[in-house]
Amino acid sequence: MKKILILFAHPAIARSTMNRAMKEAVTGLDGVMIHDLYSSYPDFYIDVGYEQRLCEEHDVIIFQHPFYWYSTPSIIKEWLDLVLQHGWAYGSEGRALEGKHYCHALTAGGDDTTYRSQGANLFTIGELLAPYRATANLCRLRWLPPFAVLGIHRGLPDQLIRSHASNYRRVVTALRDEQLDLQAVSDAAYLNSNLSSVIRQP
Amino acid sequence: MEHFLLQLFIFLTAAAIAVPAAKKLGLGSVLGYLIAGIIIGPYVLSLIGDIEEVMHFTEFGVVMMLFLVGLELKPSLLWQMRVPILGMGGLQVVLTTIAIAAPAQLFLNWQQSLAIGMILALSSTAIVLQTLREKGLMDTPPGRSVFSVLLFQDLAVIPMLALLPLLATGAAHGDGHHGGGLFDIQALPTYLRILVTLLAIGFIFVLGKYGSRPIFRAIAATRVREIFVAAALALVVGISLLMTVVGLSPALGTFLAGVVLANSEYRHELESDIEPFKGLLLGIFFISIGASLNFSLIGNEIVLISGLVIGLVAIKMLILYLVGLIFKMAQKERRLLTVALAQGGEFAFVLFQLSKTNGVLTDELIDPLISAVAISMFLAPLLFILHEKILDRDSAPEEQGDSDVIDRLGHKVILAGFGRLGTDLGRLLISAGIRPVILDHDASNVDVLRKFGFEVYYGDVTRLDLLEAAGAGDAELLIITIGNVDKARALVTLCQKHYPHLQIAVSSADRAAAYEFMDMGITVIKRETFDSALALGCDVLQLLGMPTYEAHRLTRLFRRKDEEMLPELHKIFKSDRDHYVSMYQKHNAELEELMLLDTNVDMEEIERAWTAGNPEE
Repeated sequence: MKKILILFAHPAIARSTMNRAMKEAVTGLDGVMIHDLYSSYPDFYIDVGYEQRLCEEHDVIIFQHPFYWYSTPSIIKEWLDLVLQHGWAYGSEGRALEGKHYCHALTAGGDDTTYRSQGANLFTIGELLAPYRATANLCRLRWLPPFAVLGIHRGLPDQLIRSHASNYRRVVTALRDEQLDLQAVSDAAYLNSNLSSVIRQP
Repeated sequence: MEHFLLQLFIFLTAAAIAVPAAKKLGLGSVLGYLIAGIIIGPYVLSLIGDIEEVMHFTEFGVVMMLFLVGLELKPSLLWQMRVPILGMGGLQVVLTTIAIAAPAQLFLNWQQSLAIGMILALSSTAIVLQTLREKGLMDTPPGRSVFSVLLFQDLAVIPMLALLPLLATGAAHGDGHHGGGLFDIQALPTYLRILVTLLAIGFIFVLGKYGSRPIFRAIAATRVREIFVAAALALVVGISLLMTVVGLSPALGTFLAGVVLANSEYRHELESDIEPFKGLLLGIFFISIGASLNFSLIGNEIVLISGLVIGLVAIKMLILYLVGLIFKMAQKERRLLTVALAQGGEFAFVLFQLSKTNGVLTDELIDPLISAVAISMFLAPLLFILHEKILDRDSAPEEQGDSDVIDRLGHKVILAGFGRLGTDLGRLLISAGIRPVILDHDASNVDVLRKFGFEVYYGDVTRLDLLEAAGAGDAELLIITIGNVDKARALVTLCQKHYPHLQIAVSSADRAAAYEFMDMGITVIKRETFDSALALGCDVLQLLGMPTYEAHRLTRLFRRKDEEMLPELHKIFKSDRDHYVSMYQKHNAELEELMLLDTNVDMEEIERAWTAGNPEE
């Protein structure tokens, strides 16, 4: 069983529906720790030592967040800037993160058709995540495509919210129990593109 | 009595006119005093009578100065300076004595040559230290070297006093003994004399280390200022007397007492109490040196005396330069050392007198020498000025770099008030590597804080002399955390008047006090309880279920709105100031105004960010 760390970042959780539902769906799962960055560090003064310890104790690191300006909320950038130290995360001596899995679980306003070269946003989600992918590469992390919930700015029907949340729970559980077909999933645009084909039955 | 007052009036007036004039001309206060002395002396206006007695009495200023110097030198620092004191000072005295005695041997017997050599090896502690302080050179490495040599010279006076009578060749005039009238130590056998001397030094040490604190605390508790002044003066005078009785230099004794008290929390208080007396006595002492210049003798013996002066200054400079070379001083430091100590000292007057009464030297020998010493002392401040001019021309850019380094090493910050708020503020500064000079008026408070290693001093901060002693003259920042609004306001007024360069940051008791500080032009004002109210409020919002980050944002937003409202409320406060009959009424009206503005404040701004929906749809 792998241990999973979800670094959760939403600056206005009280006004979020999708992210809150997803967060609730994985709360209390065995072997899964949810760490709310905005609540822990409302003044952005990140405890680097504690964060590094958390990373070392877990096998999978997931950043869960809304997709703001084609990127993460600002506290995640602050987290990366401070926690990923040379000699710990990267560099010839920095191997603390080596071999761990890494992915984003994000929610975005536009739907899938806007995230392509002919669409309103010009780039795919995968392309826009390039800086994070490069970061993962430098830190010897194993990159997984994002778990993405798209098209939420007009609001989603409750039904869909519940199904996305439960899919999220399925993916996190599968990652934990090592039932995710990592080979198959690495070619997909999103972790949740075709769940039934990438999750092996026990 | 009337005669005394008249004399005093003449001295004081001369000083009050000459010193500002000299300062204006860039000559420094010492030269101003000396010139004033010449003018009121027997050869110009002839206004004053017994100069020698005045000089003798005001020599006490030197004693007080050494006490003050001691106060600024902690024992640890003095220990660090042992090599320059013994090495440099010893070398200077021995080499200069030889260099002066050797040529003198061509004209005089060896005893007289040696006596003159020793006496002229000494420099003027009074003039040099005063000038160094005025130019802010005391705490620089070359300033320390100069001071070390002076300290050794003061030590050397003791064996010289003992040695001079042994050099007698002629008949002694009267008895050379001028000890105190309390009891005659010379009558004791040698071992007892040594014992008494050691006991006296031990007594100063014990008094300073253990006795002074309870005494000063008890006196401070009376809160009668002049009693503290009286005690401080009694301390200095008493130690001088004790030293005179056991045959040691009073200057040295008080210096020792100063060093012992340098770690005391009453240091600044003592400093500011003694300082005016010292200044006045020294000033009159300098005037009397100026007045004692014997111009008729100088006129008659112009060739001999100018030769003596040039010879004296040249020999001393040469030896000092040599000492600087031997101790591998940097060129600039060596130059200051060479210039600073190239004059005869006030001890020369005393020692010449002693050698006359002991029959070592004769009047014919002494008179031109005394004139030469006095002229060389007159030249000392001029040499300093010359040195500065040359230095300026040579190395202006280099100097710039030096002062930069000093700035980065130590910010000069004064923290007035070390109560509940001041304590935490002080801790924060200290953790940032800034060591503020802390002033507090609660003696017991000071005691406790010192136990925990804070550098805290006792005193009423609204006293100008205490501020001066705490270094307000060259501090960059004053932080006021005094709860008493009237006191804080008085302090601000005082600083704005006397130290306009000083930045001021204030903690104000409440909103009304903040308005008053705003009226005075202070821009950095923090209301004492405002931040803790908001911090508590933020925690309360979270207890009620508001997400942490949102509670923080709301608190910050509220703070910004409050700060934005402050000038407006200030305006209302100013226009309404006189409308309200009672404080209570005023408070209520203000509260009402505040609440009204709060309800109008738009807190919606927080809602607009980070919502998923497109605001246009």
